[in-house]
Amino acid sequence: MTQSLNSQVPSGPLETKWLNYRDHLKLVAPNNRRKFEILVVGSGLAGASAAATLGEAGYNVKCFCFQDSPRRAHSISAQGGINAAKNYRNDGDSTFRLFYDTIKGGDFRSREANVYRLAEVSNEIIDQAVAQGVPFAREYGGLLDNRSFGGAQVARTFYARGQTGQQLLLGAYQALSRQIAAGTVKMFPRTEMLDVVVDEGRARGIVTRDLVTGAVESHAGHAVVLATGGYSNVYYLSTNAMACNATAIWRAHRRGAMLANPCFTQIHPTCIPQSGENQSKLTLMSESLRNDGRIWVPTSADDTRAARDIPESDRDYYLERRYPSFGNLVPRDVASRNAKSVVDEGRGVGALKNGVYLDFADAIGRLGRDAIEEKYGNLFEMYERITGENPYGVPMRIYPAPHYTMGGLWVDYNMMSNVDGLFVIGEANFSDHGANRLGASALMQGLADGYFVLPYTLASYLAPHLGERVATDTEPFRKTEAEVSGLIRGFLDSKGKRTVDSFHRELGHIVRDECGMSRSEPGLKKALEKIPALREEFHENLNLSGGDGLNLSLERAGRVADFFELAELMCIDALDRRESCGGHFREESQTQEGEAKRDDENFTHVSAWEYTGNLSEPKLHKEALDFEAVQLTQRSYK
Amino acid sequence: MKLTLQVWRQERADAPGSLQTYVVDDISPDESFLEMLDVLNERLEEKGERPIAFDHDCREGICGACSMMVNGQAHGPRTRTTTCQLHMREFDDGDVILIEPWRATAFPVIQDLMVDRFAFDRIIQAGGYISVNTGSAPEANLMMVPKDDADLAFDGATCIGCGACVAQCPNTAAQLYTAAKIGHLNLYPQGQPERDERTVGMVEQMESELFGSCSNFRECEAVCPKGISIDWIARMNRDYLKAKLKGVNRR
Ligand SMILES: Cc1cc2nc3c(=O)[nH]c(=O)nc-3n(C[C@H](O)[C@H](O)[C@H](O)COP(=O)(O)OP(=O)(O)OC[C@H]3O[C@@H](n4cnc5c(N)ncnc54)[C@H](O)[C@@H]3O)c2cc1C
Ligand code: FES
Repeated sequence: MTQSLNSQVPSGPLETKWLNYRDHLKLVAPNNRRKFEILVVGSGLAGASAAATLGEAGYNVKCFCFQDSPRRAHSISAQGGINAAKNYRNDGDSTFRLFYDTIKGGDFRSREANVYRLAEVSNEIIDQAVAQGVPFAREYGGLLDNRSFGGAQVARTFYARGQTGQQLLLGAYQALSRQIAAGTVKMFPRTEMLDVVVDEGRARGIVTRDLVTGAVESHAGHAVVLATGGYSNVYYLSTNAMACNATAIWRAHRRGAMLANPCFTQIHPTCIPQSGENQSKLTLMSESLRNDGRIWVPTSADDTRAARDIPESDRDYYLERRYPSFGNLVPRDVASRNAKSVVDEGRGVGALKNGVYLDFADAIGRLGRDAIEEKYGNLFEMYERITGENPYGVPMRIYPAPHYTMGGLWVDYNMMSNVDGLFVIGEANFSDHGANRLGASALMQGLADGYFVLPYTLASYLAPHLGERVATDTEPFRKTEAEVSGLIRGFLDSKGKRTVDSFHRELGHIVRDECGMSRSEPGLKKALEKIPALREEFHENLNLSGGDGLNLSLERAGRVADFFELAELMCIDALDRRESCGGHFREESQTQEGEAKRDDENFTHVSAWEYTGNLSEPKLHKEALDFEAVQLTQRSYK
Repeated sequence: MKLTLQVWRQERADAPGSLQTYVVDDISPDESFLEMLDVLNERLEEKGERPIAFDHDCREGICGACSMMVNGQAHGPRTRTTTCQLHMREFDDGDVILIEPWRATAFPVIQDLMVDRFAFDRIIQAGGYISVNTGSAPEANLMMVPKDDADLAFDGATCIGCGACVAQCPNTAAQLYTAAKIGHLNLYPQGQPERDERTVGMVEQMESELFGSCSNFRECEAVCPKGISIDWIARMNRDYLKAKLKGVNRR
């Protein structure tokens, strides 16, 4: 297999690249589409939108998810909103501005042409969703409402109360259901993909496990699409749903697909701090809260007074102080790092001193309690349910938590990985967010990929393969299936003493400490010793009960095994990137004021890692990032 | 806190099940109900016993995966709260807690507290959508939706598909779920062309599944974690009747 990294970005001016390119892509005639089998793994926004669209076009699609229904994919939990450059507010928004904000937000570590295309199709997503009946917020005139989100200077975010993800996913799920009824899509819920079958450099299918019966099966297709989401759960505690995992992309990586920028992870600033050791996940409090809440900690580390008893003079509104123009609305990475540093100074709040205050007292004073309740009622209620504290009376406590992974499988402009026929969309790929994702842009990307990009590029890929037989009765399928079964057997035979979760928790601690909000050479090197050692113990000392049918511990064991391997690659990548950019803060590379300092001369590239068979020695391939339309500037939010 | 749990254990769909008693201690009131079960499960695993199977994923009250009867009540004692959002501070030290799966013929047990809810997906497949192929949508603001309709539709659209309504209903009826889904789409201008077929398709699919029929006990409304009102059911019945009077049959 050749391992060249050609991004396939078409030539021509940025504004017309995609349209021109689309005009010249190959097509599959409607009556030929049913002759193609396509495997879509994942039913989140990316997977459901792709499977539905391909089904509508007439392809034969199989769609897989590990939940009991495609409607429960993790996309369901997105709260805040989705961006589009509609400029309904007449506040100067445009495709270019959305593109520019997104590429700048990503700290100039994403591919210009991809980001532009994303901004370009953003409007069609809103049209599609509205036609499906997605109940976006509306104004009294009956038109769509927008709000400003994540520090953007225009109001371009469409939202559906605090459940934009659920409403968009239901739209896609309903479209998918229509295709299931029409017979173009066959749905496989409670089914986990455990490997990709690669034969002569081409993806031929996948091997899955039925999570109820335990049956291991093969599925063949003309193309495989991974839409399997992000890997924030490598940190153990994150805002992601409990079962989100890296297995699909990691097993594809082991079969030759390169993993790009794995260390680019996003730690979201506004989550409820951990309350104890048995905590299983961290809950996100929508970023929109920063529009009205003020963030502060006591000036002195020894202050033990209750929040309301601390006078103004003893409070440090550190974001407003350090970033007078953006204040509490600085981008996520900046807000998170600052919270970490005040907590590290011992100025954290709450019983465990592990949070900062997000205070609504001023907003309530200014706008009245009713106005705040109208805007954030659900969130306040959720906060109260989880913490037992009433945020109308006492400030919320928040702390950053792992949330989103910008890294993922490397894909070219067509969304195809370096393995022929293996496409990757949504959070599972690396493509559009560079080193930091802005709010309301992941939903946009997932749906852009699934509704408006992949259906074109995939058709062009398929066209020359018309008439090719696909079948699972080949040697590579038998071999891959046997390897998967062997792996499962191995876990079931383990006779050690420690539970899967205890390993996962310990791994999470290491990754959080050394490859979280702040990274340094000594820290990463320490992690690179600890992770392989713990991984070895995991394989020797795992305690796993239950049999080869429905077995939740077995499912988790496989996922944690993959997290162990991915964690090492994340640290290798973080160590290699000796610059700070976006969410990747290398302590060695900061400005005098302690802000992230990029090194454009040496690191304006994507780091794509090839699996070599030796986990500690992956091979690095670089895709240079060229910028035609934007000038690289040091981000400043002062 | 120290608690005594009586948990339904059942190996397979076709195996008999029974209540087993477990004692868990050292539980903090700040833990969630599912975290309390995680603690128990980890202790069971340490002893080499099979952990208790239950569905869950987001743990934020939105995916609708978690599903258990806690002391006879779907999702437990706190109103408008899914099991994953229920916290142990709602209980007292020394409590005995009964934990069972959703009980409904249409939701057969897979293992322990885990049930099969595919019937819900089949109801959607029978018409719970607006037929609009990708790429054929008009400009979003061409279609105005009065804010009141949009807000009302949203109240139906918030359904998370957990199945608590069915589990709590003495008849195990699926009217609230089906009505909320139909109601949301039928209120939108976009949903009008398929309104009758949608209503008939979904209602008749619901009737062909193993759900019971509705006799207005209102228990569904009381346990719905999203507070969906039974007014939707009346609306659905009206829509169904109108469609039938027009002679609309299932496609
Ligand atoms: C709490 C929260 C709030 C958020 N809010 C916002 C927001 O307001 N705006 C925004 O733009 N973004 C938001 N995001 C980010 C955004 O929700 C996600 O990035 C996005 O939804 C990911 O979509 P996806 O389709 O790529 O993957 P997912 O929705 O994660 O779907 C993955 C799918 O793949 C399946 N799958 C995975 N592995 C396998 C396997 N091995 N075998 C079979 N199936 C598999 C799963 O079953 C699932 O169906 C938020 C994220 C979180 C955690
Ligand atoms: S786990 Fe998602 S709603 Fe409870």
